[in-house]
Amino acid sequence: MKRELKKIDLPPPKPFSLSTMVGYFVILVLIALSYWSGIAVEFSLSRLIEGLPYMADFLSRMWPPDLTVLDRVWKETLLTVQLAWVATVISLFLSLPVGFLAASNVFESKALRSAVIFFLNADRAIDALIVALFFVSAVGLGPFPGTLALAIHSVGMLGKLFADAIEAIDRGPVEALESAGAGKLATIRWAIWPQVAPHFISFFLFRFELNIRVAVVLGLVGAGGIGFLLTQYMRLFQYQKLATVVLVILVLVMVVDFFSARLRKAVL
Amino acid sequence: MSIIAKNLSKTFDGGKTYALKNVNLTIQQGELIAIIGLSGAGKSTFLRAINGTNPAGTGDLQVLGVNVPQLKTSQLVGLRKQIGFIFQQFNLVKNLTVLQNVLVGRIAYAPLWRSLTGIYSQEDKSIAKKALDSVGLEGRYYDKARNLSGGQQQRVAIARALVQEPKIILADEPMASLDPKLSEVVIEMLENINRERNITVIVNIHVLSLAKKYAKRMIAFRKGEVVFDGPPSELTDEKVEAIYHVDKKAMDEL
Ligand SMILES: Nc1ncnc2c1ncn2[C@@H]1O[C@H](COP(=O)(O)OP(=O)(O)OP(=O)(O)O)[C@@H](O)[C@H]1O
Ligand SMILES: [Mg+2]
Repeated sequence: MKRELKKIDLPPPKPFSLSTMVGYFVILVLIALSYWSGIAVEFSLSRLIEGLPYMADFLSRMWPPDLTVLDRVWKETLLTVQLAWVATVISLFLSLPVGFLAASNVFESKALRSAVIFFLNADRAIDALIVALFFVSAVGLGPFPGTLALAIHSVGMLGKLFADAIEAIDRGPVEALESAGAGKLATIRWAIWPQVAPHFISFFLFRFELNIRVAVVLGLVGAGGIGFLLTQYMRLFQYQKLATVVLVILVLVMVVDFFSARLRKAVL
Repeated sequence: MSIIAKNLSKTFDGGKTYALKNVNLTIQQGELIAIIGLSGAGKSTFLRAINGTNPAGTGDLQVLGVNVPQLKTSQLVGLRKQIGFIFQQFNLVKNLTVLQNVLVGRIAYAPLWRSLTGIYSQEDKSIAKKALDSVGLEGRYYDKARNLSGGQQQRVAIARALVQEPKIILADEPMASLDPKLSEVVIEMLENINRERNITVIVNIHVLSLAKKYAKRMIAFRKGEVVFDGPPSELTDEKVEAIYHVDKKAMDEL
């Protein structure tokens, strides 16, 4: 009650209080920052406008898409999806132990948990492309280093999501299992796992969906699959075949989005 | 002798307030005891000390022949499987079946591969089914626990405790989430179990009338200390007042 009365007693804010001054200043700084960065990237509206006819030309050369290459495009698309699938499955198996180790409510050891969380944060900070460079230097070009890179990169997100889900469980069943004399593994299996498994499946599907998109990009830099085909047609100026690739990628992403969303709704 | 506490004390916030203070109690095998007291008096802490789910305090606590504060984690498992615990919130795994929940009580008896795969022996399964029948849940074996009413869920929890074939059952306010009629069903069940199987039953309870009706011995805690220990007939109104009296200072703090 007292507090409310005090609020009403406050005088109306002055038109130029300190906080509004600070607000204007921040906006000015942001504008300056954008201008400065715009110069750095050689942003130029006139160049963009000059480029418009070339874009139109580019697009017109893509028309009509050359569907005779569909067979090949389909094969490479399959490879991209396979790459994403294998990578996501590997990352699932890596993320399971990592998730349980990173959750604060499963194991006592704080040192191990901190180490795992540090790895997860670092992993998420490093893009899949950079991880891919590392594996290319180790095992050479091709879909295999791409798969490894994507698998390792995915652990950062999956492991974190798993750990968060584990931390959000109802503690009651854990107490019940411990009180009944169950060991750590049995407690995880029967008190934690049934509560988190549906979430884990949903996260897995979500990551698979993301990984298909990343796998396309990894193809651009040599991991094979549809991304690689795209760069090939581009280099050979075969724009109508390129158009087919772009269309297939579009359809692929839409189809995966659709089914993944459905499936995830079904499991949760 | 089921439980012997000697100078058992326990603090949480580094020594300022006592959850248990100098508790001295002897509980014989087969007793039925109701523990009463205000919220925060130390009732739950006492039960959790008995099965070692609370970190140990000071003093001695002999339970079924072993001194709980000195047990290592691996030894605690051996003690806990002889002690059933029933919770206010039932603590079932909601998306498992009723039978799977009851089999949790057999985990400590099963080899690791069985306890992890959930492939229990025929014997364990028939023990679990019998326990469910005995609490009136025949035919509900394969229902998901979440689809049961509160009273039914608590009976599953009782069955889970029973299949441990325990020497002691600890129940922490097992009726607090149930309506009065179901409360009576639960405590009657616990009384039956105590009488027929000679299991020591200790129930934390906040309904004084139920405690007086069923328990043969009542123990009252106040600020971690035992302030009453005797049969219900000795629990006079003045003593009740002393147990539940809320002093002015505590009221102001609230
Ligand atoms: N894990 C804990 N951490 C810190 N303090 C705790 C913890 N558990 C209990 N306490 C404190 O110990 C004292 C006794 O708590 P306890 O839960 O045993 O009381 P209770 O008699 O069971 O109360 P209620 O009727 O509310 O369940 C309280 O002051 C409580 O705040
Ligand atoms: Mg309590």
